[in-house]
Amino acid sequence: MSLASNVPEGDLKEKWTKRLNDINLVAPNNKRLYNVIVVGTGLAGASAAASLAELGYNVQSFCIQDSARRAHSIAAQGGINAAKNYPNDGDTIWRLFYDTIKGGDYRSRESNVYRLAEISNEIIDQAVAQGVPFAREYGGLLANRSFGGAQVSRTFYARGQTGQQLLLGAYQAFMKEIDSGKIDYYPRHEMLDLVVHNGKARGIVTRDLVSGEIRRHTADAVLLCTGGYGNAYYLSTNAKNSNVTAAWRCHKRGAYFANPCYVQIHPTCIPQSGDYQSKLTLMSESLRNDGRVWVPKDKNDERHPNDIPEEERDYYLERKYPSFGNLVPRDVASRNAKYVTDEGRGVGETGKAVYLDFADAIERRGRDYIEEKYGNLFEMYHKITDENPYERPMRIFPAVHYTMGGLWVDYNLMSNIPGLFVLGEANFSDHGGNRLGASALMQGLADGYFVIPYTLGDYLGGEDLDQVEGNEEAFEEAENYAQEHIDKLLNVEGDKTVVEFHQELGKIMWDKVGISRDEEGLKEAIKEIQELRDEFWERVRVPGESANYNKYLEFAGRVADFLELGELMAKDALHREESAGCHFREEYQTEEGEALRNDEEFSYVAAFEYQGLNGEIQHELHKENLEFEFVELKQRSYK
Amino acid sequence: MSNDNMQFDLKIWKQEDGDSQGAFQEYHMEGVSEDMSFLEMLDLLNEKLIKNGDEPVEFDYDCREGICGACSLVVNGIAHGPKEETPVCELYMREFEDGQEIVIEPWRAAAFPVIKDLVVDRSAFDRIMAAGGYISTKTGSAPEANTIAVDKEDADKAFDYATCIGCGACVAACPNSSASLFTGAKISHLSLLPQGKHERKERAVRMVEQMEKEGFGDCSNHAECEAVCPVGISISAIARMRKEYMRAVTES
Repeated sequence: MSLASNVPEGDLKEKWTKRLNDINLVAPNNKRLYNVIVVGTGLAGASAAASLAELGYNVQSFCIQDSARRAHSIAAQGGINAAKNYPNDGDTIWRLFYDTIKGGDYRSRESNVYRLAEISNEIIDQAVAQGVPFAREYGGLLANRSFGGAQVSRTFYARGQTGQQLLLGAYQAFMKEIDSGKIDYYPRHEMLDLVVHNGKARGIVTRDLVSGEIRRHTADAVLLCTGGYGNAYYLSTNAKNSNVTAAWRCHKRGAYFANPCYVQIHPTCIPQSGDYQSKLTLMSESLRNDGRVWVPKDKNDERHPNDIPEEERDYYLERKYPSFGNLVPRDVASRNAKYVTDEGRGVGETGKAVYLDFADAIERRGRDYIEEKYGNLFEMYHKITDENPYERPMRIFPAVHYTMGGLWVDYNLMSNIPGLFVLGEANFSDHGGNRLGASALMQGLADGYFVIPYTLGDYLGGEDLDQVEGNEEAFEEAENYAQEHIDKLLNVEGDKTVVEFHQELGKIMWDKVGISRDEEGLKEAIKEIQELRDEFWERVRVPGESANYNKYLEFAGRVADFLELGELMAKDALHREESAGCHFREEYQTEEGEALRNDEEFSYVAAFEYQGLNGEIQHELHKENLEFEFVELKQRSYK
Repeated sequence: MSNDNMQFDLKIWKQEDGDSQGAFQEYHMEGVSEDMSFLEMLDLLNEKLIKNGDEPVEFDYDCREGICGACSLVVNGIAHGPKEETPVCELYMREFEDGQEIVIEPWRAAAFPVIKDLVVDRSAFDRIMAAGGYISTKTGSAPEANTIAVDKEDADKAFDYATCIGCGACVAACPNSSASLFTGAKISHLSLLPQGKHERKERAVRMVEQMEKEGFGDCSNHAECEAVCPVGISISAIARMRKEYMRAVTES
């Protein structure tokens, strides 16, 4: 299989138009002859399913939650970028494109990112027409705010619940198509395998999470919209059920996994309070618009933050990055938080936190202004920590948040398996080594509303697909494999819980494949993960049975996959002998301590092909060279 | 320093599936930190049960930050527990007295059948939404966003209703098991916006009828729903729903 990125020729600004002019179309009355499976109902999945159903395709939609509305996109807080230039501050499509390419540290595909910027404005139009209650000015028009990594205000928002409102917009469009009979809806179903028949993706195998029944579903194409793999770290801002299983099982059927080591660690999360902690909570980075990040100048300063005088505080981001200050990109902010806490200047009971202080903003703009802008975030912080952020600075610390890596896709969002498309966070395509804030919602909706409706039609219109019934050998084999995997998990009957294994994996990943990495640590991580995986299959205890609702059985299958993915993440991080975006290798940094890329040798997408041999997991690396025709590669600087 | 050795006597509803009879089972919990979330306390219980070869307690959750609406426990008789405007995933053990008895039950309503233990089937909510909880806008057909101005006051009010997380606490708390707050919140959100006015009549009628068809009861103004709503949706949503419904059936 080849890594043809399938990018149209010509000027960057013409590429998408050119593709639209050239694609195959499926005639309106023929669309009803095609069946499309959409897995996941987040921004990408719900918007794709709704848009395809509107066009007339027969859609089957699957999600693991009890309702499509609960997909984890719902938790995105801060906003969505678009190049509308409503504030008249000089934004253009080019600038949004440029900021995104630069923010990703030049490790994404120019053409994809430009298309994303081009589509961004249509997403806002679409969402407003659906009734998404974005923030507005007193004149009734839309309001904007600024976000990290940009010098213009291009972020649209709905208080601190932008993801919720955009997802509900997509979910409502989706429910409308259920009502019209164009979507068959399968909540509480988990995809366990992809069926590849005659070299093409032709169906999936699922488990009904209520009855435990394993079923086959046939289709002409499969769209994977299943989100990211941040839960490989156990603790992350992801929802507890977010997982890599659907993507990983596609990978084991031949889909290449690209750039798995690119993991975004978000700088503004509520710090961990104890070992029992089950997840970390993000505080939107929009808070950095008005909050100032600091630690005491002295080590182990145990005074109440309000008792530390101004001259004894180190506003380290403002000091080191005068032009971007507190609004440096996420990777830069996270790394610096790690440095100051490693120096012993961290705050709070654990010493693993820095302050985010609103006192100045409250004094300057008034408490009402802060409440209007961030009220729900302040409340959430108060509930979780029992500390009032209006009265004392928040304590924040980085946490795993988003994965830029994912299944490899071409310009049309198709993986290297014909008929398998991958949308949203599940693919690798648009964010390179680091994603800018307010760009995930943009990408999920761009893929679902405005890319896949065209590129899927192109595929279906250009292929001669034979009929599948679901009784072909590939379906039989996939179903048997899914059942055997479940039986195997239940039959270990060991003495260690799934959560214990997941926590141990998470610790290895955080310590050695986390904010900063080095060769020694990565080699240790690979060995430790292999050992942990062997131990898992000898000692895991999965309670209950397969034929009914069994949460811990679901988790067991997902942790088994994380135990394989974790090793690949470490291997990718080890092979990438440079620092790029969120992938920071201690050995490769500038004199100022910034990420040092090696464009000569590593300006490529690392796409891994799975080769399981006698129980050993092996991967072959394929490289897609990144050509930069339109932007000049620079050392990122936010000074 | 925080207390990390609290003890509790838990009485938890156990039920094999929708067809079986359920019953309370008692568990004693030790070593609970006051900084643990309520769900983390249940995680800890399950870890102990699994290690002992016993069956864990099944309950629904996902985001654990109060926005997905999956968590759904009645704690000591109150949907989402004792803390106001707080879903149970954001409830912390510091809200309880050391040594206290805690009774944990599922949402109880005919329209929300039990799946297992504390997990219920809320698909009726999806079907109410499918009956009109949307503005029909085909992808690609939207006008430029700022051609639709919305008074800030209306936009803010619409947002307050749109913030519903669809958890179903309103139904669990209502003596009639009514879904009026949930349905009213969506009808109010959409009817307050100029984009939503075109389909308002059909929307109100179909959603209200679907709500009845699903077996939810009528609203008789107890306001229990507003009291337990984790995001503070106002009962004025129900008044708006009634107004929208009356207007739809009287002005034909």
